[in-house]
Amino acid sequence: MTASTPRLMAGPGRGTVALGDHLALHGLPALESGLGAGALADLAERAGLRGRGGAGFPTDRKLRALAEARRAPFVVANGSEGEPASGKDRTLLTRSPHLVLDGLQLTALALGAERAVVAVRAGAGSARAALATALAERTAAGRDRVPVEVFPVPAGFVAGEERAVLNALAGGPPLPTVRRPWEGARPALVQNVETLAQLALIAAHGADWFRAAGTAAEPGTTLVTLDAAVVREVPLGTPLSELMPGASDANRGASDANRGASDANRGASDANRGASDAHRGEGDANGGAGVRALLVGGYAGGWVDGAAAGRVRLLQADLRPLGATVGCGAIVALPAGSCGVAETVRLMRWLADESAGQCGPCLYGLDAIATALEPLSAPRRPREDPLPRVRRWCGQIDGRGACRHPDGALRMLASALRVFAAEFDDHVRHGACERCAAPSLLPLPAHAATPEEVAA
Amino acid sequence: MSRDGHQAERLEVDPIACAGHGLCAELLPELIELDDWGYPLLANGGEVPPELAALARRAADACPTLALHRLRVAAAAGVGRATP
Repeated sequence: MTASTPRLMAGPGRGTVALGDHLALHGLPALESGLGAGALADLAERAGLRGRGGAGFPTDRKLRALAEARRAPFVVANGSEGEPASGKDRTLLTRSPHLVLDGLQLTALALGAERAVVAVRAGAGSARAALATALAERTAAGRDRVPVEVFPVPAGFVAGEERAVLNALAGGPPLPTVRRPWEGARPALVQNVETLAQLALIAAHGADWFRAAGTAAEPGTTLVTLDAAVVREVPLGTPLSELMPGASDANRGASDANRGASDANRGASDANRGASDAHRGEGDANGGAGVRALLVGGYAGGWVDGAAAGRVRLLQADLRPLGATVGCGAIVALPAGSCGVAETVRLMRWLADESAGQCGPCLYGLDAIATALEPLSAPRRPREDPLPRVRRWCGQIDGRGACRHPDGALRMLASALRVFAAEFDDHVRHGACERCAAPSLLPLPAHAATPEEVAA
Repeated sequence: MSRDGHQAERLEVDPIACAGHGLCAELLPELIELDDWGYPLLANGGEVPPELAALARRAADACPTLALHRLRVAAAAGVGRATP
């Protein structure tokens, strides 16, 4: 297999890659001989593999932490994907389940695990069907030594957090806990499904092959979800302007080949995408390519000014200084003429409602911020400028949850206050603009079960 | 908390266990204030100067939900924080 893209999405046709085609592409003799935990971690380290679930933690460090656990851990492939703007995990499971299962098997064997689990979003029908078929193929071929279960995770933004997944696996509610996964009586390794698939590719083709895409510091390809609708595999370091929906097709290049693989059953709304009028007083000056801003890294990511998209690459090195992150690779474009304030306020309300409700600063703080911001895009003009209060609260809440949900919400908000500074100022002075009432461009599915509902 | 050879100590809040009773801020206002919703904010990342060690212990012991933990600084990274 060549080192160009597609890698994860390689294979004939557009459907699920069957075991025979998978073997022809990747082989993976390491599955028969088995790699030790140290050797697998060394391989991941040489490749420079970082987690693809959002946090971007170095894979080798997670593996080494688990290799030192007192008891054999169990291993979880996390495909629960609670992020509404992301569909890449379900698309990967649908297209290339054998890569995920090879990565899971490699990891489970290396750590001496007796149990391996694929956590999939409940309701992700095509992904679960592809997994079931793939597991049957592997059983018939005698490929897996560690038995694999498929576990459906309830929908919800926080339900995909790794300790929430572990809590659900242990029979509890899908809510985060304060204990780290490698501590305690039942150590567990949770890796995003794409991370495991990348690990399988590295084991099959080598660390140098993996590094032929991406940059030296951030190597490899990654899956991105564009406008909550299209999944593509692109090299890390791809300019955001090439990933923007509406960018010219000439810019899209060879990686375009994967687009057909995107999951058809995503619930993204395309309503109102065509709006092209300029925001009051803003003109087109900010939207060079007709895009006012991009939300990069999902709902816990950050807004990037559309005018900067040509200079910013899909890299932490480029995005972190802007207060954004590669995150889970979800990118949503806000067309020129739509209202960044209204989008931000709605998203903030949604994120507040998605709090698991366990930690006071998250439960009350995010709600207070959303409540303070809502008058900016409501029909009646705000009586006072809520932003000084909101900024003070942001400083208080950051880092005070058991999980990173509040931190991610505040990162998104901080970037919005920078990128949409003029629009926020305008809304503080004059109240809602004529675009505020337009339907949300961001999919904001009905809020998941509260802890009380889960416990009931 | 011995006066000689004192062990460096840090306070940490278990954010799930904490129910915002606020006793800790009453007992240790030198290090703890409450946010707008009554949940504790720790000064200096929770670091406890030796002269406040006894009060810090009292505050931790008084917490009705046992959410205020005293940690020796060497082992201080463990509780209450998110994924790697």
